[in-house]
Amino acid sequence: MASAFDYAPAPESRAIVDIAPSYGLFIDGEFTEAADGKVFKTVSPASEEVLSEIARAGEADVDRAVKAARKAFGKWSALPGAERAKYLFRIARIVQERSRELAVLETLDNGKPIKETRDADLPLVAAHFFYYAGWADKLDHAGFGANPRPLGVAGQVIPWNFPLLMLAWKIAPALATGNTVVLKPAETTPLSALFFADICRQAGLPKGVVNILPGYGDTGAALVGHPDVNKVAFTGSTAVGKEIAKTVAGTRKKLTLELGGKGANIVFDDAPIDQAVEGIVNGIFFNQGQVCCAGSRLLVQESIQDELLDSLKRRLATLRLGDPLDKNTDIGAINSEEQLTRITALVERGESEGAERWSPACELPSAGYWFAPTLFTNVTQAHTIARDEIFGPVLSVLTFRTPDEAVAKANNTQYGLSAGIWTEKGSRILAVANKLRAGVVWSNTFNKFDPTSPFGGYKESGFGREGGRHGLEAYLDVR
Amino acid sequence: MSTAAPHALADATASDSTLRRFLHGLPGVDPVGLEARAASLGTRSIKTTAKAYAIDLAISMVDLTTLEGADTPGKVRSLGAKAVLPDPTDRTTPATAAVCVYPDMVPAAKAAVAGSTVKVASVATAFPAGRAPLAVKLADVREAVTAGADEIDMVIDRGAFLAGNYLKVHDEIIAVKEACGTAARLKVIFETGELSTYDNIRRASWLGMLAGADFIKTSTGKVAVNATPANTLLMLEAVRDFRAQTGVQVGVKPAGGIRTTKDAIKFLVLVNETVGEDWLDNHWFRFGASSLLNDLLMQRQKLATGRYSGPDYVTVD
Repeated sequence: MASAFDYAPAPESRAIVDIAPSYGLFIDGEFTEAADGKVFKTVSPASEEVLSEIARAGEADVDRAVKAARKAFGKWSALPGAERAKYLFRIARIVQERSRELAVLETLDNGKPIKETRDADLPLVAAHFFYYAGWADKLDHAGFGANPRPLGVAGQVIPWNFPLLMLAWKIAPALATGNTVVLKPAETTPLSALFFADICRQAGLPKGVVNILPGYGDTGAALVGHPDVNKVAFTGSTAVGKEIAKTVAGTRKKLTLELGGKGANIVFDDAPIDQAVEGIVNGIFFNQGQVCCAGSRLLVQESIQDELLDSLKRRLATLRLGDPLDKNTDIGAINSEEQLTRITALVERGESEGAERWSPACELPSAGYWFAPTLFTNVTQAHTIARDEIFGPVLSVLTFRTPDEAVAKANNTQYGLSAGIWTEKGSRILAVANKLRAGVVWSNTFNKFDPTSPFGGYKESGFGREGGRHGLEAYLDVR
Repeated sequence: MSTAAPHALADATASDSTLRRFLHGLPGVDPVGLEARAASLGTRSIKTTAKAYAIDLAISMVDLTTLEGADTPGKVRSLGAKAVLPDPTDRTTPATAAVCVYPDMVPAAKAAVAGSTVKVASVATAFPAGRAPLAVKLADVREAVTAGADEIDMVIDRGAFLAGNYLKVHDEIIAVKEACGTAARLKVIFETGELSTYDNIRRASWLGMLAGADFIKTSTGKVAVNATPANTLLMLEAVRDFRAQTGVQVGVKPAGGIRTTKDAIKFLVLVNETVGEDWLDNHWFRFGASSLLNDLLMQRQKLATGRYSGPDYVTVD
């Protein structure tokens, strides 16, 4: 933004986090090498600097971790709920105490702005542990019958977009209900999960209750396929989700999948325009659009299209892209080169199919993986960019004329994770929300998360719910 | 009837009902979203060169104010001297924008700032309640303008506004604007704390601008809730949209309750990221504040010397 009031750089100090040159796997309360000695590197997406070398778990390691978790399960599940709660509360408090360190770490490893890790991710991580700690001794009253039992060993595979938050979504309810855990973080963002392993030790969590196995897809496949895993929980792409569903089908494993999305953000002509613009920005540019519930399809009522787009473009011009550690940065780096390539390809496809591409004047840093905030107008339902999940800072704008048309277009997708409604008319919010086939429907806001509200999808966005009371069900034997 | 509305919006003020329809047809305000946006801009980290720039800018935007029953010519004279030279120990400190006084103090204020860039603003129209007949209010304004006031800060009739009597409020502003003539710029105070809803604040903003206000201002500083980041953000959005529709630029003045440098900088960030640099000078943005200036001066001294001096290193008034 051209202004006399240029903000001086305000970088958060890296000194608060001490990243070791290498990390092992966390099995049975100890850090160990991979059995076959394999390692991989994790880099900072904003600078391509190598942050650390990480042990890469193979099949033998998965087996070792599952055995450790199985061994720990007996004692852990036999603990009174109030005892398990103590550990969870302790973890929550340590997360709070170390939140600045973890926020800097997450920003370095993931590329997202410190503003988001500091103000969104870390407070939510702590809140999830606090929330499920509260449930641990009240499971008899959760509405799943008297004395619901844990399932056993949970194999959990999480994505790179919210590394620590997705870990919290998975581990907190699993531990609260008495399960033990083997978790595989994504290969591009393993660091915060390994720091979490250290937090488990700091909290005195019994050995084997939580095991962390960094690795690639093969590690995840070995974990999901391991015969002694009772429950599989996966968050990630729809393609991988389908593979997992095939693997698990016919076994006695319980499965929840939280997959891709193509959320519709519907703006009616009586919407609070200025706040709707903020909601659209937050819906698609939060975490560079690398959010499964992102509002990546803007459905705007035709009568206010011009006015809204003018406001939106003006607002986009004020977004500050750059060093994720700078406290004033709004848009950070794309998580990996691979992801950047995918976004670039889909955006080129959008252009070639005839949609109109627009970005604000925006200088991209020379090192690292960056993509300017992008808006597509003249998009139709038939365009690839209106159908496929892009998972990047790219918004497709479509129009509608009537509420029925808005609902029809919003639901016309293979996904169904989130949707937003913007209108000052309360009756319309209720009427439209009831017709939308999406797991979360926000009204006059977007991308608001809370541990008390369940989250999950329809159709190819997966099944099962995380968060809230509903989130307990996925980790309990409720037959 | 007369209208001050720019051509594009002249129809809006044709009658009571068209004005009502226009004001109620403005986009609504979602309070949660508005406050969240104001809060998020409040987390911008402004330091070093940006902070030095912001402090000087804020000083130059201050309307140094004394509005007490006990005001004397001596007090106003000393206020004027401070407005012209806020920090005698550092002559690079910019002068404030204006001194703001009651109408009877305008001559004293005028004399105190003579020869400087500092303007004299006067709160006329039966400030702060505004509960006087129009003739009295207009006489109040004319007295102040005749005595040399460069700016008039008027209060609207909140009773009429809340009763839905928009045209009455509109016509009163027009009458006051006429009384200001070309000599004085008109700041219209809504007393946002009494209007209570954000929708009302947006309507009042448009009403003021349609009636020809040069500035729209949040508060008198005499009620419980005065300027807030959220209501100022809302008014900035209103002046931005008004200029987009009519080409006419209107200034904004948050007043009351802004006491610290940190707060003032948050307001400047709001201006910067909502309406941009077109509003980033004291012709278009002001702070109505009396205690803010000293904190700005102390922070300025701290930036210059590296040490925090304390309240005895700036003048009391």
